[in-house]
Amino acid sequence: MQSNAAFEYDYSIAKLFTYTTILFGILGMIIGTLIAAQLAFPELNYMFGEYGTFSRLRPVHTTVVIFGFTLSGVFATFYYVAQRVLKVSMAESNLLMTVGKIHFWLYFVGALLATVSLVLGFSQGKEYAQYEWPIDIVIVIVWLLWGVSIFGLIGIRREKSLYISLWYYIACFIGIAMLYLFNNMAVPTALVSGYGNIMHSVSMYSGTNDALVQWWWGHNAVAFVFTVPIIAIIYYFLPKESGQAIYSYKLSLLSFWGLMFVYLWAGSHHLLYSPVPDWMQTMGSIFSIVLILPSWGSAINMLLTMKGEWNQLTDNPLIKFMVLASTFYMLSTLEGPIQAIKSVNAIAHFTDWIPGHVHDGTLGWVAFTIMAGIFHMTPRMFKREIYSKSLMETQFWLQTLAVVLYFTSMWIAGITQGMMWRAVDEYGNLMYSFIDTVTVLHPYYAIRALSGVLYLSGFLIFAYNIYKTITSSKRLTEEPQFKTPMA
Amino acid sequence: MDIRELQGYANFFLTMFLVLLLYGYILHLYRSEKKGEKDYEKYADMALHDEISDAPVENNPKTKESKE
Repeated sequence: MQSNAAFEYDYSIAKLFTYTTILFGILGMIIGTLIAAQLAFPELNYMFGEYGTFSRLRPVHTTVVIFGFTLSGVFATFYYVAQRVLKVSMAESNLLMTVGKIHFWLYFVGALLATVSLVLGFSQGKEYAQYEWPIDIVIVIVWLLWGVSIFGLIGIRREKSLYISLWYYIACFIGIAMLYLFNNMAVPTALVSGYGNIMHSVSMYSGTNDALVQWWWGHNAVAFVFTVPIIAIIYYFLPKESGQAIYSYKLSLLSFWGLMFVYLWAGSHHLLYSPVPDWMQTMGSIFSIVLILPSWGSAINMLLTMKGEWNQLTDNPLIKFMVLASTFYMLSTLEGPIQAIKSVNAIAHFTDWIPGHVHDGTLGWVAFTIMAGIFHMTPRMFKREIYSKSLMETQFWLQTLAVVLYFTSMWIAGITQGMMWRAVDEYGNLMYSFIDTVTVLHPYYAIRALSGVLYLSGFLIFAYNIYKTITSSKRLTEEPQFKTPMA
Repeated sequence: MDIRELQGYANFFLTMFLVLLLYGYILHLYRSEKKGEKDYEKYADMALHDEISDAPVENNPKTKESKE
């Protein structure tokens, strides 16, 4: 290895993943907004025949935002952050550059094929694990390539210790690798029997075992895609953008182990009141409640990082994005455990309160953090200042309003729905039929669709701002150390 | 005792063991800093001073430059 003075960080892979973050973000959010509108106005289901129905598009929305938008954001920030905290350039290793490029292109082509396969109706029928077995094989290869990049960069590092963000990236890698493999164990029927479609497969598990493995994965997809790598992102970008060291590095370490220990075992709260063993349901509830501690440990650590520097919140919209993201993380990680309490779950389960909870986490915490990361990286990767601060401000308020409208409408809708389903008259007969609830919920569904339009508009403003930053913003002569320059 | 009951007890005791391990780790973090053996807070600087020309917080002894 040569002296580091001769090298600059190489952002070519980070740039490619930044483009796909924006591309998949737009695609996922357009579909999300469309299916939200379909729930309020059912005639929108019939625009594209079988390809445009809610049931066909819902898994497309969830998988595109999880595996397209979020993972692209995770990969983009990884290829940026890892080089910097390890003080090593991708350009120092031809092997790692090649692996990085193959990682990107296989991911991109695989993600497009995966999306098309879902639109065509090929699905395992497991939530967040819909992809059929040939797509799963591509995903496993993509994931292993990322592993080579992670451990390859670590192998040639100049910094002895690994910064906390890297711990979280590694946890994301290992967690998903293990759970994805376990949950997607399936037998391709055509290969075994010679009959049926080559894409079709049957799970290796059956009955409640299948449900348990599915939710072991399902809940940990939230843990290891929507939480762990997002903490990795904010633990780098918030201190770097504000110029403030993490409030307590020790707290970040113990929150890490606390989160790893607890999160893995909370998944059975998805199966309360189902035929899985009762102790397992209770443990799921208990682990979910305990999960508040490490989650708030991280969130409070982020907020306290801004101690004495709160003026930055008004000066720098980028800080505003990340502080709001931390706040939504706190809200979401309090709301989830509350929903996992058995008596609350009796009302909340299967209602709109659940997507309400998911979206204050994903829109408020995940997407805000990823967009903040891209706002920080773009001027440094392209050596240009951010095109417009006022567009950032507009986007921020538009999207914040959207998140608030989303979760408040779904709180009201969900609790109303749960109460109506359970209501009985003096003889013990159900008071309402299903359609009664649909009629009552219509205005809230319309509000949710509106919030989708607002959030998507904000994201389009973001995409435009980044595009203009890359193409026509003022050039920077030197890299800013902390605060991102913006016009 | 059937297998389900056994699984329940195994889960409980494994959880207790891991809780002890976690608390032990927390204790270790604070103790070793108090005794002056470790300074964990300095690692936060890795994000703040992350130019390729910046000096590492701790040099990796395995890099070629360190060996030279």
